[in-house]
Amino acid sequence: MSLIAAWGLTKQFGDFTAVDGIDFEVERGEVFGFLGPNGAGKSSTMRMIGCVSDPTGGALRILGMDPAREGTKIRSHLGVVPQQDNLDEELSVAENLYVYGRYFDLPRAVLRPRIAELLEFVQLSERANDHVEPLSGGMKRRLTIARALISEPEVLLLDEPTTGLDPQARHVVWERLWTLKRQGVTQVLTTHYMDEAEQLCDRLVVMDRGKIVAEGSPRQLIERYSTREVVEVRTHGQVTVMAEALRRLGESPEAQAREELYERVEELPDRVLLYTDQGERLVALLGEVEHESVLVRRSTLEDVFLHLTGRSLVD
Amino acid sequence: MARAAVVPSTRLAVEYWLLTYRRNWKGSILTSFLSPVLFLAAMGLGLGSLVDAEVGSGRDLGGLDYLDFLAPGLLAGNAMMLAVNESTYPVLGGFKWYRTYMAMAASPLRGRDILLGHFTYMAFRVTLASFVFLGVMAAFGSVSSPLAVLAPFCAALCGMAFATPTAAFVATRINADNFSTYTRFVIMPMFLFSGIFYPVSQLPIVLEQLAWLTPVWHGVRLCRALSTGSGMNWELAGHLAYLVALILAGTLIASRTFTKRLYE
Repeated sequence: MSLIAAWGLTKQFGDFTAVDGIDFEVERGEVFGFLGPNGAGKSSTMRMIGCVSDPTGGALRILGMDPAREGTKIRSHLGVVPQQDNLDEELSVAENLYVYGRYFDLPRAVLRPRIAELLEFVQLSERANDHVEPLSGGMKRRLTIARALISEPEVLLLDEPTTGLDPQARHVVWERLWTLKRQGVTQVLTTHYMDEAEQLCDRLVVMDRGKIVAEGSPRQLIERYSTREVVEVRTHGQVTVMAEALRRLGESPEAQAREELYERVEELPDRVLLYTDQGERLVALLGEVEHESVLVRRSTLEDVFLHLTGRSLVD
Repeated sequence: MARAAVVPSTRLAVEYWLLTYRRNWKGSILTSFLSPVLFLAAMGLGLGSLVDAEVGSGRDLGGLDYLDFLAPGLLAGNAMMLAVNESTYPVLGGFKWYRTYMAMAASPLRGRDILLGHFTYMAFRVTLASFVFLGVMAAFGSVSSPLAVLAPFCAALCGMAFATPTAAFVATRINADNFSTYTRFVIMPMFLFSGIFYPVSQLPIVLEQLAWLTPVWHGVRLCRALSTGSGMNWELAGHLAYLVALILAGTLIASRTFTKRLYE
């Protein structure tokens, strides 16, 4: 049985529908992601899974229980890393873990060794007795993750786990989350970073305007909704003019059938994307079109999102 | 991973507040001590000598020296002030700045544990400060009945009669914009016109009747009766009932506004 399952899950705030009838299942041991831009309904979904917000429609089961009736019991099996840190800045690093463990009624004798172990795990042992306030953003985030683990939860919920962190701090957090994954900890996360989703998620759903628009592993999604490669062409001149030239290129006799050369053309404000399975060959033909620079890269989830919604993930 | 289900309780939420209190109890006790010392010295002794000479201790103050009249009133008034402080910024902070309540809500604790946990802690703070106040009163020689030992509890009731509706209101606020208006134009007038500094019978009848409605007047009457040992009668049960009713009503409303804010 799935650890978490939702059917037609809906959340309305007055007239506004934040989550619009979504279905998903999370299996034990997997890392499951909600990928989408800000305002897609990811955090609202996460709050419903965390049993701090009642669904206004549909059904939700977590560990086989109904959050409307057994919220307290469900929450005792969850570890939550909220989007906005809510550590107690006046308490020490270790006290933050202690006090949170007490909310789960864990006795001091259990907490003491566990706190030492968790601080070791998130590389904060030397800061155990320091105040939280002067810690860096990355350290606070790691401490919040340690705090979420204090009750040995069955599911770890992470809402935008690395938003606001610098690249180095992000990698440290990712590395810790991989380690947890290897230990078999089920993780549910939201992100608007496609690289984060690709790095961490076994399976994910792409959300847009409260709806799920695609579901699968990062690789499946890219195979299904994008091409193997993307040729990015930049220009000093007008993008629309260049896009037109590129479209004609696809129709030229040398290119033979347009489908063979590329599948789609996407126009962005500063560049044109050509979705293709033969990037190098396409680049060889570009000499005929005036452009500034060209780059061939792998398709990413960003391309999947662009294809599905016509918009970029990060605005 | 199997573990006995957690039984959430208010006690666990109170523990958090006590842990934070352990960090700054010294400063808080010092403040609780200095404030009555200053007030009783300046007004009880300073102003009081003038009042006693003019009025001739007795008639209008129910046979009391001004200091003995003032001190128990201030005990209740002080509890009100402290309780209002504790139920404004810290409560909004719990939702907004420190997000303590939100952290608790993600754990097995229920909305009522979060609310009652904080209220219990507020009551503890106010009771403690009121005992310090009573100690200062005793040092000034203005305690004349052993029943005075009960006065800090009544002061705490008076404080909570303010704290619970205040917290209920604060839970509906986006920011702290109205807090100083509330303190200045709602709480301060009660402090000045509810029988702390002079009997409300000195007021025009309309204001006197208005004063009877304020929780602080009831708290003042209780504390004064207990610290002086005079006027012990059934009227006091009425004061107690009034304060308890306000606390219950405030808690009920707060449980609604808190639930709405926590789980919207």
